[in-house]
Amino acid sequence: MESIPFYFLAALAVLAALGVVVMRDPVYSALALAVVLTALAGLYVLLSAPFLAAAQVMIYAGAILILFVFVIMLLSPGREGDAPRGALKWQRPLAVIFGGALVAQLALVLLMTILPTGRGLYTPEYLAQIGSTQAVGAALFTDYLLPFEITSLLLLVAMVGVIVLAKKKS
Amino acid sequence: MSLSVPDLNFRVIAPALIVALTALIVLLAELVTPAPRKRWLGVLGLIGLLIAAGATVGLWGAPASAFGGMVVADNFGLFLTLVILLGAALSILLALDFVRAHRVDQGEYYVLVLFAVVGMILMATATDLIVIFLALELLSLPLYILAAFKRADARSLEAGLKYFLLGAFSSAFFLYGIAFIFGGTGTTNLMKIADALAKNPRNDLLLVGAGLLLVGFAFKVALVPFHWWTPDVYDGAPTAVTAFMSVGVKAAAFGAFFRAFLVALPAFAFDWRIVLAALAVLTMTLGNVAALLQSNVKRMLAYSSIAHAGYILIALVAMGASGLSSALFYLLAYTLTNLGAFGAVIALSDGERERLEIRDWGGAARQYPFIAAMFAIFMLSLAGFPPLAGFTGKFLIFSAAVETGWAWLAVIGVLNSLVSAYFYLRPIVQMYMSEPVPGWDRIRVAPLVALALVLALIGVIALGLYPTPAIVMATGGFLR
Repeated sequence: MESIPFYFLAALAVLAALGVVVMRDPVYSALALAVVLTALAGLYVLLSAPFLAAAQVMIYAGAILILFVFVIMLLSPGREGDAPRGALKWQRPLAVIFGGALVAQLALVLLMTILPTGRGLYTPEYLAQIGSTQAVGAALFTDYLLPFEITSLLLLVAMVGVIVLAKKKS
Repeated sequence: MSLSVPDLNFRVIAPALIVALTALIVLLAELVTPAPRKRWLGVLGLIGLLIAAGATVGLWGAPASAFGGMVVADNFGLFLTLVILLGAALSILLALDFVRAHRVDQGEYYVLVLFAVVGMILMATATDLIVIFLALELLSLPLYILAAFKRADARSLEAGLKYFLLGAFSSAFFLYGIAFIFGGTGTTNLMKIADALAKNPRNDLLLVGAGLLLVGFAFKVALVPFHWWTPDVYDGAPTAVTAFMSVGVKAAAFGAFFRAFLVALPAFAFDWRIVLAALAVLTMTLGNVAALLQSNVKRMLAYSSIAHAGYILIALVAMGASGLSSALFYLLAYTLTNLGAFGAVIALSDGERERLEIRDWGGAARQYPFIAAMFAIFMLSLAGFPPLAGFTGKFLIFSAAVETGWAWLAVIGVLNSLVSAYFYLRPIVQMYMSEPVPGWDRIRVAPLVALALVLALIGVIALGLYPTPAIVMATGGFLR
C-alpha cells in the first residue's frame, strides 16, 4: 500500500522527463523539468528526508528553474525547428536501434535482478532521533568532506569560466 | 549527537592542495597584474607546479590513504601525479608566448590550466567513485572553457561547445554507472566494491554499472567508438590547449580507469578483459587508419592520440604488475613525446598563422634545422623507433601482453605500429625533401618554446637509452 505514492511519483518523474525532451517549445520543456524536480522532492519525502526535499524544491525547482526561464526569456529562441533535411539522415535509425538496445538491456537486467534489500544507516527511526537536517550536515562535513570541497572548486571554475567566455573583449 | 571526523590527512592530498592554492593565488594576482605582465602569472603557476612536484616526491614510498579511504598516495597515483605535473609545466612553457601571439593573453588561462591539474591529480589518486566523478568534472570544465578560449575564432568556440555537449552527455553515463554500482554493492568505495564482489561474484547490477562506467572512461580517453569528438576538438582548440589536454586527460583518466577496473573488479565473474581487448583492437586500427588519411597535422596527431589510447588499453587487458608498470611508463613517454610534437607545431607558426596542413611543412628543415630535427625525433618516438621513449614503452606493453597470454593482441599492436610509421614519417619527408612553400618565411622561435622542446627531447632520448630508473619507479603499484 505504501508503495503507491512511490510508483505515482516515479511514473510522474519519468513522464515529465520525457516531456522535457519531446516538447518543442523550450518554455514547456522548462515547466516539465519543474514537474520532474518536484516529483523527485516527493520521493525524498517518502524516504524520510524532508530537508533534502525542501532543498530540492527551493534550489532546483525554485532558483535554478527560474534562471532557466529567465535565459529562455532573454534569448527567446522560439520553437525548435525540424532537423535540417539530408544532413546525417542515417543517424536517426542508428540512434533508435542502439538506444533501444540499451534500454532493452537495462530493462532486462532490472527485471532479472532481485534488488538487494536491507536497511542502511539512515533509517526513519535514526533520522527521527537526530533530525534530517543534522544528518545531511554531518554526512557533508565528515564522510563527504573531500567531495564537498572539490564541489566548491568546481563552482569557482564554473564562475571563472562564464566570466572568461562572456566578458567584453578589452 | 557526536560527529566522528574522518582522518584529515592533508599530507596525502598535498600535491593537489598546492596546485589549488597556486590557482587561487594566480586568480587574485590577475586582478593587480597590468596587461603586459600577464605572463608572470604563468611563471607563478610554474613555480606552484614545481613545489607540488617536490611534495609528490616527498610522499614517495610511504603509501597512505586519507578522508575515510577516498584518496590515496600510493606509488601508482604519485607516478601519474608527476606525469601530470610535468605535462602541465611543459604546456605552460609552450603557452607563455602562444597566448600573446593569439591575443588571448589573460591570467585566467593559467588559472584554468591549474584547476584542471587539480582535477587530474585527484582523479589519478581517488579510490572512491564519487571523488573520481567530481575530479573528472573538475578537470573537464576548465578544458571545455580552454578549448573555446580563443573567442575571436569560430572554430575554437565550436570545439568548446562540442566538447562540452558530448562531455556532459558522457558524464551522465558515468554517473548512471556509479548509481548502478551503488545499487548492486551498497558502496562507492573501490576496495569495498571488491569485497562485495568477492562475496557474490555474479552481480548483474554491477555488470550494468561497470558497462556504463566503461562508456564514461572510454569517452574521456577517446577509445573507438567513443572518439568522434577528438579530431574536431583537438583541431579547433588553441594548439597550446590541445597539447595540454592530449596528455593530461589521458594520464588522469587512464589512472582512474586502471584503478577502478583493477582494484574493484578483478573478482568479477564476467571476464571484462575480452571487451577491453576488442575495444583496444578497434581503437588502434581505426585510429591509425584514419590518421593515414589526414592532411592536417593537428587532426593527424588527434587520431594518433586515439591510437595510443588503444596501445595503453592493451596494458589494462594484460593486468598484473607488468601491465600496470608498462602503462605508467607509456603514459610518461607519450606525455613527453606528444607535448614535443604539438610544441613543434607551435614553434613553426607565424604569429596567429599556424602551419596546419602538412604540405605547408615543405622545406621547414632548411628554415628551422633544429626544430625540424626535434620534431622528426618526436615523430619517430611516437611511431616506436628505437632507441627512443616510444619504443621502450611499446616494448614494455607488448611484452606484458605476451607474458599474460594475450600474444595475439600484441601482434595486432605491432602491425598497427607498422602502419603508423607511414603517417609519422610523412611530415618528416615533407620537411626534408620538399622545397619551402611560398608565404612561409623563417620566423624567430620563441626561446621558451624552444626550451620546452629541448626538455621534452632530453626526456624522450633519456627514457629510450636508459629507461631503468623510470621503470623501477613505475612498478610501485596500488595501495589496496
